[in-house]
Amino acid sequence: MIKEVVIKTDKLTKRFGDFIATNEITFEVYAGEIFGFLGANGAGKTTAMKMLCGLSRPSSGNATIAGFDIYKQTEQIKRNIGYMSQKFSLYEDLTVLENIQFFGGIYGLSDKQLKKKSNELIDILGLQKESKKLVASLPLGWKQKLAFSVAVLHEPKIVFLDEPTGGVDPIIRRQFWDLIYQAADKGITIFVTTHYMDEAEYCNRISIMVDGVIEALDSPINLKQQFTTSTIDEVFYKLARRAKRTENLK
Amino acid sequence: MIFIAPILQLLILPLAADYEVKNINISIVDHDHSTYSQQLISKITASGYFQLADYGNSFQQALEQIEKDKSDIILEIPDRFEENLIRENANELFIAVNAINGVKASLGGVYLNQIIAAYNNEIRLKWIQPPKYNTVPSIEITSSYWFNQLLNYHYFIVPGILVALVAMVGSYLCALNIVKEKEVGTIEQINVTPIKKYHFILGKLIPFWIIGMFVFSVGLFVVARFIYGIVPAGSLWVLYAFLSIFLIAILGLGLLISTFAETQQQAMSVAFFFIMIFMLMSGLFTSLDGMPRWAYIIARSNPVTYFIEVVRMVILKGSGFSDIKNHFLIMIGFAGLLNGLAIWNYRKTS
Repeated sequence: MIKEVVIKTDKLTKRFGDFIATNEITFEVYAGEIFGFLGANGAGKTTAMKMLCGLSRPSSGNATIAGFDIYKQTEQIKRNIGYMSQKFSLYEDLTVLENIQFFGGIYGLSDKQLKKKSNELIDILGLQKESKKLVASLPLGWKQKLAFSVAVLHEPKIVFLDEPTGGVDPIIRRQFWDLIYQAADKGITIFVTTHYMDEAEYCNRISIMVDGVIEALDSPINLKQQFTTSTIDEVFYKLARRAKRTENLK
Repeated sequence: MIFIAPILQLLILPLAADYEVKNINISIVDHDHSTYSQQLISKITASGYFQLADYGNSFQQALEQIEKDKSDIILEIPDRFEENLIRENANELFIAVNAINGVKASLGGVYLNQIIAAYNNEIRLKWIQPPKYNTVPSIEITSSYWFNQLLNYHYFIVPGILVALVAMVGSYLCALNIVKEKEVGTIEQINVTPIKKYHFILGKLIPFWIIGMFVFSVGLFVVARFIYGIVPAGSLWVLYAFLSIFLIAILGLGLLISTFAETQQQAMSVAFFFIMIFMLMSGLFTSLDGMPRWAYIIARSNPVTYFIEVVRMVILKGSGFSDIKNHFLIMIGFAGLLNGLAIWNYRKTS
């Protein structure tokens, strides 16, 4: 079976002055998979992800996202991706419903679609009572689930999640991953960074970045075999220990 | 808050920003104590500009009053003032002015001179029988003040302050709003969407444009009209047409600031820098023609200058579109330039 490639990078590099945040990373992500993008703080995960989303221009190298060129076709790329940043970034001074309608509107959903989608979404998240409340008043876990749902509202080909479960309790994390699986079932490719190794085990394939370079890339089972360990945690530890960078750079 | 602050400022500022000098404290040293000296003093105090701070017969004592800052001006009436005036038809008075506050001092001196001159004329008329023919031909100058007959200072300053306030509201709010999005991170969420640059910028401009229009209207129709009694002499259409372009220009400046600033503090300090220049180098308080060449050039590159001129021309003089055609063209230029730079410098991709 030939897998459709949705993200393909070739020696993608980003420099900030002398500092090389991501150094010639080359990898492929297939349609419909959950791809875990792991690495210690400052390893260059967020920088790489921002380049893939068209937020940051690469210094060199090539990449195509959903078949579009990362230099020339950023606007087409943006129409086909969803993004959820590390920082919660829906409008806190708008209500739940207003946020859904605002972002849905930007992606060009019609009023009818929007109404249907927002009702569905609010039902799935169980936010019926909160739909008219300001987002600022929601607990963090709920905000994160809402942000994810908004990021996939327009049914993008790929959704990029940058540490989506940071600072969230285990129950919500579990619910969050349920949402991720639901999205993956619809055929949305998930590109996710995380620091939780149990979450890494949920991914189809993972890559581990150390000092701006991808040191390992395979399915969790294969990686454990390769490094002769029983958990991804240990694989990560073996690799991350080699890191020379310590500062937390974004 | 957005609405109340500028309206309050418009209520308070014109009362304070007033060139007319009143309540000048005067010390009178009277060595004469005659009917004439008394008459002169009552003339001075009745004028409304002066307050008698001290009355005595020692110059030293009056000088002390000035040193203590209780008095601004000294009038010394010499001994035998009345006698000499009648006998010799001439006399000298001595005025000493505290010039620390230059405006107050020079105006105070001028007022006092005028009062004395008027008094002088009065007594001369009493004594001298007017000759049948005017022996000495003389030119008398009478001025009539156009567009603001009573020289009411408020007519001049209120529209100007209103413009400065609208400029402030526009540039500040607009810049802070976008920079806040940078700080919170929502702008990143927007940048990752396929939204068009101009959609985003229009979405930011329109609400503040409406706010600016609203603030100006409240200032013009409520505060200026009912508090200061200013009724625009010219066409409101012309005024609002100009206002709408002016707002686009000033919001463009706000946008431009926001594309450079990363934090709200940065945006605030840059915006404050411009606001100071807007206020002080726009002909709001001081005449452009009196500025040195370099300052004049800066003032001429300040959009607020043009709107202040237009507002004064339209409101006081009733100027029409053809009178301010150039102003329109220049303001369209500002709007295009500032917004163009802002759009050019606003990047969705870093």
